[in-house]
Amino acid sequence: MISITDLRASYGPLPVLFGFDLNVARGETLALIGANGAGKTTTFAVMTGRLKPQTGSVSINGRDIAGLTTIDIVVHGLALVPEGRQLFPSLSVEENLLVGAHSRRSGGWNIERVYEIFPTVAEFRNRPSMALSGGQQQLVAIGRALMSNPDVLLCDELSLGLSPAAVDIVYSALQKLRGEGLTTVIVEQDIARALSASDRFACMRHGQIVLSGASKSADRAEISNAYFGMR
Amino acid sequence: MLETLINGALVGALYGLYGLGLSLCLGLMRQINLAHGDFIVFSAFLALQLTTHLGIQPLLALPIVVPVMFVIGRLLQRFVIERTLGRGEMPPILVTFGLSVILQNVMLQLFSADTKSLDPGPLGTAAINIGSVAIGVLPLLTLAVAVGIFALTAAVFGRTRFGRAVRATSDNEAVAQLMGIGTRRVFATAMGFALAISAVAAIFYGMRGTFDPSTGPERMLFAFEAVILGGLGSIWGTLAGGIILGIAQAAGTLIVPSLGPLVGHVVFLTGLLLMPGGLFTKRIRV
Repeated sequence: MISITDLRASYGPLPVLFGFDLNVARGETLALIGANGAGKTTTFAVMTGRLKPQTGSVSINGRDIAGLTTIDIVVHGLALVPEGRQLFPSLSVEENLLVGAHSRRSGGWNIERVYEIFPTVAEFRNRPSMALSGGQQQLVAIGRALMSNPDVLLCDELSLGLSPAAVDIVYSALQKLRGEGLTTVIVEQDIARALSASDRFACMRHGQIVLSGASKSADRAEISNAYFGMR
Repeated sequence: MLETLINGALVGALYGLYGLGLSLCLGLMRQINLAHGDFIVFSAFLALQLTTHLGIQPLLALPIVVPVMFVIGRLLQRFVIERTLGRGEMPPILVTFGLSVILQNVMLQLFSADTKSLDPGPLGTAAINIGSVAIGVLPLLTLAVAVGIFALTAAVFGRTRFGRAVRATSDNEAVAQLMGIGTRRVFATAMGFALAISAVAAIFYGMRGTFDPSTGPERMLFAFEAVILGGLGSIWGTLAGGIILGIAQAAGTLIVPSLGPLVGHVVFLTGLLLMPGGLFTKRIRV
């Protein structure tokens, strides 16, 4: 479903991604872990068209999307839940969800289904989006991404700035989505969370993938070594 | 006295229409267009050309002037204002200020400095008597058209897919693109809408008063006062702001005939001091 080959990217003169390969199968949830500055967010920036890669390809469903504009990439079936939720403050909760469907991709997701799996969001549908708690906002942000009927869902730092109770709610919501056939990549600082919510993991360091494997059988000591670069 | 105040309120509906295009720019798109008043005057001159060459009633010029100004608005956003965004607050102010000066001089060259007006024909003198109060049909028509356009605008920007896209874009352009919104195209269309509204305002302005190439900045001032009095981001607030301004000016003329605009400005300043956010500010902004 997602196939990344030899991806290299830099911010101006500063190289950030040093050529790595990554494959995510259809319906699989991959946790992309790594310390700050490892290149996780940059990988997302390339995948969403915010940053043009120097070399390499990123393909979804066999179609190369590297270098396309963000708008075209969304049309090709990719949705991002951005870091910090980033709801539209002047739109109500329901309007935030509706705006997610702007690309008019067809599929099984619509506003009723989002309300069905996130009943708390339905309860606050007419509220201003900023009147919700952080955890509730995160559910709206996930719902908004689902409204575009994506094939690939990217979740950037879902737990950032949320209370542990809110993180529980958000991750149990994410758990509900597994089995929906979505190909999901989550970027997460909290390794335990990331592993429990994913099928496979890939650990990044210095713009490369240094370790990957099945989340269930992951060796925590090995991950810690890879994460911090201790060999 | 009642008649003067009622007429003031009806003139105020016109100020509301001046303000509506600016309200979309300032309140919804959060960008400035200092040439707004000059585009109103330019539209009035366009209508004048049509009425003199085709011999038609000014209202019949609407189906031509409105689409023309819509296209000009789109081009203005695409090729001028868009290029000034994202580089701080000064570039859009300077560029649209320059555009205002250029437009005034272009109009001076094309249409001379003579004071003009659009002849409304019999519509200009028609009046309805209610008791002892005589109310002109044209001012009443202005109010009716203004209310209709405000309702249409509120519906378009408040309840449609396009309106949501405009508001999302002004909240956060990068995230709006993540929703698949063609942010530049959406803003260009919104700007087209703003100038199309200005074209309607221009034709009523031309029928009810006089204009020349230098009267744009004063329209801009009235528009600005209506928007700020009503509250940034509130569409209906702009109509209320315009009507308050119109009544204030009319009340001023009751004291000393030449005092109208000054009283309007004083009411605006007082309103700004007492309610800096305007009458109908949305409180959800963060």
